[in-house]
Amino acid sequence: MSEAVSALNNASYAGFVEVTEMGLQGMITLRGDLSSAAIKKAVKTAVGVGVPEQRKMAMADGKGAGWMSPDELLLLVPYAQVEKTVTGLQKTLAKAHFMAVNVSDARVMFRLKGAGAREVLAKVAPVDLSSDAFGEGDLRRSRIAQVAAAFWMSGEDEFTLVAFRSVADYVFGVLKIGAQPGSEVGYL
Amino acid sequence: MSTRLPNAGRLLNRSKAVEFTFNGKRLKGFEGDTLGAALLANDQMMVGRSFKYHRPRGIIASGAEEPNALVNMGQDGRFEPNQRVTTTELFDGLTATSQNHWPSLEFDVGVANNYVARFLPAGFYYKTFMAPRAAWKHVFEPIIRQSAGLGKAPKDRDADRYEHFYAYVDVMVIGGGIAGLQAAKAAGDSGAKVLLVEQTRHWGGRAPVDGAKIDGKPADEWITETLAALAAMDNVSVRTRTMGSGVYDHGYVLAYEQVADHTPGDGRPRHRLWRVRAKQIVTATGAIERPLSFAGNDIPGVMLAGAVRDYAINWGVSVGDRSVVVTNNDDAYRTAITLKEAGLDIPVIIDARAEANGDLPNQARALGIRIETGKAIAKVKGGKRVTGVAICQQAGEGAVLEEIACDSVAMSGGWSPVVHLWSHCGGKLIWDTEQAHFRPDADRSPTGADGAAFVVPAGIANGAMGTADVLVDADKAGKAAAKAAGFTAKRTAAPKAVQVDEAALSPVWIMPQGAGPKARMKMWLDYQNDVKVSDVQLAAREGYESVEHTKRYTTLGMATDQGKLSNINGLAILADSLNADIPQVGTTTFRPPYTPISMGAIAGEARGEIFQPLRKTPIHGWHEKNGVYWEPVGHWRRPYCFQRSGESVEQAVHREVKNTRENLGLLDASTLGKLVVTGPDAGRFLDMMYTNMMSNLKVGKCRYGLMCSENGFLSDDGVVARIDEDTWLCHTTSGGADRIHAWMEEWLQTEWWDWKVYVANLTEQFAQIAVVGPNARKVLEKLGGMDVSKEALAFMEWNEGKIGGFDARVYRISFSGELSYEISVPASQGRAFWDALHEVGAEFGAMAYGTEALHIMRAEKGFIMIGDETDGTIIPQDLGLNWALSKKKEDYLGKRAQQRSHMTDPNRWKLVGLETLDGSVLPDGAYAIAPGNNDNAQRNMVGRVTSTYHSPTLNRGIAMGLVLHGPDRMGEVIEFGKTDQTMVKAKIVDPVFYDKDGEKQNV
Repeated sequence: MSEAVSALNNASYAGFVEVTEMGLQGMITLRGDLSSAAIKKAVKTAVGVGVPEQRKMAMADGKGAGWMSPDELLLLVPYAQVEKTVTGLQKTLAKAHFMAVNVSDARVMFRLKGAGAREVLAKVAPVDLSSDAFGEGDLRRSRIAQVAAAFWMSGEDEFTLVAFRSVADYVFGVLKIGAQPGSEVGYL
Repeated sequence: MSTRLPNAGRLLNRSKAVEFTFNGKRLKGFEGDTLGAALLANDQMMVGRSFKYHRPRGIIASGAEEPNALVNMGQDGRFEPNQRVTTTELFDGLTATSQNHWPSLEFDVGVANNYVARFLPAGFYYKTFMAPRAAWKHVFEPIIRQSAGLGKAPKDRDADRYEHFYAYVDVMVIGGGIAGLQAAKAAGDSGAKVLLVEQTRHWGGRAPVDGAKIDGKPADEWITETLAALAAMDNVSVRTRTMGSGVYDHGYVLAYEQVADHTPGDGRPRHRLWRVRAKQIVTATGAIERPLSFAGNDIPGVMLAGAVRDYAINWGVSVGDRSVVVTNNDDAYRTAITLKEAGLDIPVIIDARAEANGDLPNQARALGIRIETGKAIAKVKGGKRVTGVAICQQAGEGAVLEEIACDSVAMSGGWSPVVHLWSHCGGKLIWDTEQAHFRPDADRSPTGADGAAFVVPAGIANGAMGTADVLVDADKAGKAAAKAAGFTAKRTAAPKAVQVDEAALSPVWIMPQGAGPKARMKMWLDYQNDVKVSDVQLAAREGYESVEHTKRYTTLGMATDQGKLSNINGLAILADSLNADIPQVGTTTFRPPYTPISMGAIAGEARGEIFQPLRKTPIHGWHEKNGVYWEPVGHWRRPYCFQRSGESVEQAVHREVKNTRENLGLLDASTLGKLVVTGPDAGRFLDMMYTNMMSNLKVGKCRYGLMCSENGFLSDDGVVARIDEDTWLCHTTSGGADRIHAWMEEWLQTEWWDWKVYVANLTEQFAQIAVVGPNARKVLEKLGGMDVSKEALAFMEWNEGKIGGFDARVYRISFSGELSYEISVPASQGRAFWDALHEVGAEFGAMAYGTEALHIMRAEKGFIMIGDETDGTIIPQDLGLNWALSKKKEDYLGKRAQQRSHMTDPNRWKLVGLETLDGSVLPDGAYAIAPGNNDNAQRNMVGRVTSTYHSPTLNRGIAMGLVLHGPDRMGEVIEFGKTDQTMVKAKIVDPVFYDKDGEKQNV
């Protein structure tokens, strides 16, 4: 385990927005009946938050749950706790029909920080990123230019984004170009 | 001559001079100039040659509608042809060259075409170059190519970058004239989110030029105040240099922002393409003035009257010292008055109407300007520059009454609303007889998914021609759009303007009315494509009744300006020739973009490194450093082989095969699809997805499986491992992972939605490495950890544990026929594990191999490859895979299809091995030939090659192919055709060339 490295090893770029690859992050795909008491309880036990509403990310103490589809959540936990959390979910949900798999290594996570973060995303994601439409805790599963991605507003002027690990370089390249000084749009 | 007027030019910053070059000549302008204005200020009236006849051409307009003044802009990486000087902002260091002439603008050989113009009528190419057939390719086309074309194609890589931007608004207002400003204000007041775009650098459009007074103030003041009001509204955004380019379904709008065209090299993106979703769209796009069709209306110095006025007021440029104004309406009198008041000569205003007694004509009279009503221009005199006009009766045939010397002609045939954006998405037009123009028909708007209109025209673009009417209409449009977007408009009154009463125009499509053929051949409709009145009339005589056909036959409106000046005039001539009414003839289709947009803007950020996403495995970096020769597999890059110094690709591949068979090969198999299927119904589900049985696979075991489409064709294959009671892991082909994942989801979501199954694509969660060869077990044992002995982990079993400290899942499966372990570790540990295998494996001859070695080894073993042996028409039975088709199962996807008569036809070609008699390698895809011809007079074919390689193990060519009755013809020799027309003989053999009994993999 000591040799585990994330896709871009914490690479970062400081444009008019700072783009940083976040290193290893525990991520679990949880599928099941999100309205069931069993899932609600299991999520609460695993990450300490309730099942998020549609297109929302619920975070607390570095853990969280993001809505990915009507029967899928993305659970966030520290990387070292993934296996333990998956095992825990399997135990709590033993009687339910569900799926819990570790997808930490299948993904790359970026953070965009800065006043123009909305605009960097709006150049490559077909999403209304204006402040009246997208606020803290809002999440979209959409695309970044030509690849799939999910992102949520994780703080003031801050977005967190996950994409597939194999396209980490591509996503980083796209975000860097979008954050290049001089390309501020001044709209959002 | 054209020159700069003193103390004029409302858009100029006279304190800032700007230098630029045109055809290498150093010229000066001011900040705020367009290139067109600056050229005119430097008396550069002639700016290019026409497309077909190479006639001298000058600037005719002052905006986006300019057909003539196209130039090559910039140099090297910023070179771009066909840029309109009238919309190009002047900047220090700008370089431009004129187009379409040789050897020079002043002296052009191609002008010879002009003198033979009557031999180059409409449809000339179609008529002339029909025969002999061969002459087109070898004679006509090369000559035409030499003479045709406008600007030069860029040769260098584009030095700039581009981007897209997504925006979502309630109301988008296109056009920043007074109509657009008022519409935006009215919509914004309701609280709607508004985006207002203007294609030029300036707000207000023509109103300030025309001396409009709004709310008792000069237009300029009103514009400034309105802009300030908009700026104070949080819900309103405004952008200049942003053209509404196209309106599409569901309120989608593309807008083209020219961010840095006027500041090249400042590091900003050159263009930004706005991809806007608007609930409602207001088109406040103004109008375009129409030329008049009189002989010589294309001679440099003949310009639109409105443009002449623009140059004088906006840029302080006088187009000529003596300007004749020719018109069929009152508006053009504004030009005469403007020029007169600037101290210039107006020898005469020629008005085609019988009388001119409106406010404006009377003002002109009061200034002492001579007005000739009922008259026309018989002919413009001059070559590279207007020298005078000959006057005649409009009602007559052109007998000259008088010649008047002048150096410019300002013409106006009336104004046509810009209905392009209204029309893009299906908005219909109505012919307004009184105004003689098409305008939007409010009852037939473009409609959205709900059947409701989503485009609202405003102001002049809606046919409201007077300033007061414009503001009332625009206010109404803004409020209507806001209301349709779900907001409540404020009850405010529209601004009030003084309306100058203008008398009705008289539609004049040809001047004089009875002009003879010779004159009609010199009356230009489409300046850029050299289409004249005579061409359209000829087309009508030849039977072209549809305006769309006439357009294509004559090329009217097909140039880069898309007929902004010529469309209405052209179809009026066509209607007249056909004795039809103009609305009966109709318009051609308006299509986006409104004016050309750059390819860079369309591509956005997608160029260079991020042109396309490249998928990389966790081991990609190692490959790059170790002589990799890449092969694209979907969006992945996989190593085809690793070349060592001095090695050819083929040598490298052969070395890799040999080493894997003799020592130890390592393959990065991370791209292999890995789908986890789990749930109480997972076994039942997989029994449907695969042709063979998966539900009875024991935990800890692996099984090779086939997937077919519902039509029975083989779609994907791979090894399935049962992980626990409810969970299976399905390997797919590298290119098939996403497709098969979607395939599974589709069946689960549409057909078997009540089955309890979940699927996840874990392809990228793991790095997977194939450890292959006689030394495979040794290296794993040396690394230490879980037991990988034959007893503990037999062939087609899997287990998990630690190997060398890595979290590993080990599958004993083999695609090469050797002792083989496929080991998956978390992707984050993939590179370290790969490195460890090399380090520890060095003493066992560890060596990486690529996809080609993999292919050769599987072919030696007779294993099929999806995409080689299959092509979407192949069923498992064709490939001798009947053993993988469950007979016990009641159903699986493809089962029933495979029972159809064509699928059970014994004449279907079947898989066999092929060995050339001479040991050579069969060409890939080669066909086996049989005697005789088929119904299409082609040789009969009885088979084809699907995979073919040189086998370094057997040191000869081996191949697989599909052959008619193949498995029954073992030992027979058949012939394959090569592309050099020769034949090569091959013997039909068993497809398994190597270790048929599987002794090597089962140790």
